[in-house]
Amino acid sequence: MNDYRQLWTELGVNLELHDQLLKSLDQAHHRTHLAQQNRPDTMKIFDEAFHASHAGRVAEILDYRKKGGKSIGTFCIYIPDEIALAAEVIPIPLCGGSGWSVHYADKMFPRDICPLVRSTFGMAFSGTCPYKTIKDFAVGETTCDAKKKAWDLLGFKVMEVPQRKKPIDRQLWLKEVYEFKEMVETLSGVKVSAETLRDKIKLVNAKRRNLQKIDDFRKLANPPISGLDALLVAQVALNQDIRKFIANTADLINELEQRARKNISSYSENGPRILIAGSPSPMGNAKIHAMVEQAGLQIVADESCTGSRYFRELVDETASDLDGMIQAIADRYFNIDCSCFSPNSERLDNIEKIIKDYRIQGVVQNILQYCHTYNIEAKAVENRLKKINIPSLQIETDYSEEDIGQIRTRVEAFAEILRKT
Amino acid sequence: MKTSSIGIDLGSRTTKIVVLRDGSLAKYEIFDTGCAPLSHVKTFLRDYPGSPIMTTGYGRHMLAEELSAKKVTEIKACAKGAFFLFPQCRTVLDVGGQDCKVLSLDDSGRVLNFEMNDRCAAGTGKFLEVMADTFKMNLNSFVNTAMETSSHISINSMCTVFAESEVISLITRGKPLNEIARGVHISVAKRLTVMLSKYLTKEQMLFVGGGALNECLNNLLQDEIGREIICPENPQIVTALGASLLA
Repeated sequence: MNDYRQLWTELGVNLELHDQLLKSLDQAHHRTHLAQQNRPDTMKIFDEAFHASHAGRVAEILDYRKKGGKSIGTFCIYIPDEIALAAEVIPIPLCGGSGWSVHYADKMFPRDICPLVRSTFGMAFSGTCPYKTIKDFAVGETTCDAKKKAWDLLGFKVMEVPQRKKPIDRQLWLKEVYEFKEMVETLSGVKVSAETLRDKIKLVNAKRRNLQKIDDFRKLANPPISGLDALLVAQVALNQDIRKFIANTADLINELEQRARKNISSYSENGPRILIAGSPSPMGNAKIHAMVEQAGLQIVADESCTGSRYFRELVDETASDLDGMIQAIADRYFNIDCSCFSPNSERLDNIEKIIKDYRIQGVVQNILQYCHTYNIEAKAVENRLKKINIPSLQIETDYSEEDIGQIRTRVEAFAEILRKT
Repeated sequence: MKTSSIGIDLGSRTTKIVVLRDGSLAKYEIFDTGCAPLSHVKTFLRDYPGSPIMTTGYGRHMLAEELSAKKVTEIKACAKGAFFLFPQCRTVLDVGGQDCKVLSLDDSGRVLNFEMNDRCAAGTGKFLEVMADTFKMNLNSFVNTAMETSSHISINSMCTVFAESEVISLITRGKPLNEIARGVHISVAKRLTVMLSKYLTKEQMLFVGGGALNECLNNLLQDEIGREIICPENPQIVTALGASLLA
């Protein structure tokens, strides 16, 4: 890490505070991912990528920019990567998962907004986000109120994500996608052509297919990868160079195939099969995943934005002209079942499908404090689960450690119920 | 001695130890958890070498490691103890020092579902302790004060810190102390009633934990939910008793 001090200084990072942030991220990584037994060897690549997110990855992007390349900051899985990449712009998702930086957001934002937004801007305000100065602009979106008003305050560009799924909403979204295309084209001076866009659709789909394949292994009775590690892979997917990520996940898939053939499980003993539902867990946050698996439960599926919501659907690759491709992209992103939509019954159907496909025995709803849309929708999820006799546990928490005693008791009691002991 | 089993419930405020012999309660001890609960527990255990031990409560992980004992959540232990004492009960309310929980049990005493407060102290023993402290009273006098009257002044804040400011402002406005104290109890009873509402059945409901010793709270809860609540003789040791049964 010392090799990067020069780089951080160049980027105006506050070295002292940044050291504190890295230490806190590293400690959390040790307590959660590295505390596991029976991990696939390939996970080491993803541990390195986790650390590289503030080091090697930053250097790559800086290098790209020094050669005239462009990059943008994003905060949501609604921003269409294909289009940015086709305009030779690197999109970097910047959502924060570190509890360390949360309170630094207080100088601009009220405290009763979610820890994800606070962590993200806490890093920017404390001078510990190395990406702050190496992006040309940031693109937000109109999902939740906290984010929407944060973009406003900080003067970010915004894509309007509709809140309903009627034809008129689809039209609006398609227009927004076209506008995004113009935005990135103007930035880089590179026109998006049918040829380049077709390439990038295939590229981003290849990344999604690899993530889907990894998820398929979790359907096995002996999952060769833990829920914690699958989360890390998804978190890395949002940061790492896409071609590197596709190569790394291909290596992981090879190892998982071998482990599956030999019936090697990531878990030392059998345990109830769990679906994690609700708010996202950006890189740095694995609090609930870790506690759930430490209680002997097996997370075999995760429907959040840092789970299958990110890669469940592909962009249709059959369109032949540019407009057809942009429509296919718009449709793919429009279908995302984010809780900002009203109604959002697809999400309940998707959850029910996951429960069948992955033979889920219990659901843990992981809700970030003040994440109103997922928090309120949790009731609808609970009602649907009751109908199909699947027990569920709802946890509302932030990134801090102060409530882990209470949460551990609840998670362990939930495990006792599922084991019917 | 061979037939004894021991349950230890290391809670946030008090630690409870129960010795079970030949299927019935032989001995129990309750002491303040304080800062050195382990040495106290070890001293107690000297008289029971070789007895199986089950630990529960906040400190179960530490105790289980230190004593090489088994551990169980206080949810399951509480259900076990409650069902052992009252096999007819299907709902249990447990108000402890730092948490409150509601359990629903099936016909064989297994936990069907539960609800627990999060990090917030509203509805817990701690809330009442902080309020008593604001009055510069011990908890018993605070409870007795609240029982002197049948009228009350509503306390609107659920948050312990805000409720404390609210109570201080009522005191400085010269409002009757007993009516404020009763209002504090009513706010806790209402909070617990909300938690309970999802879990009440026609069957017996049991009230356990240190909070069940509070006569005023007990009466107000019965008023709020409009039915009888059963309170065991020693409500504080029900979870430790359950642990001893699971040892």
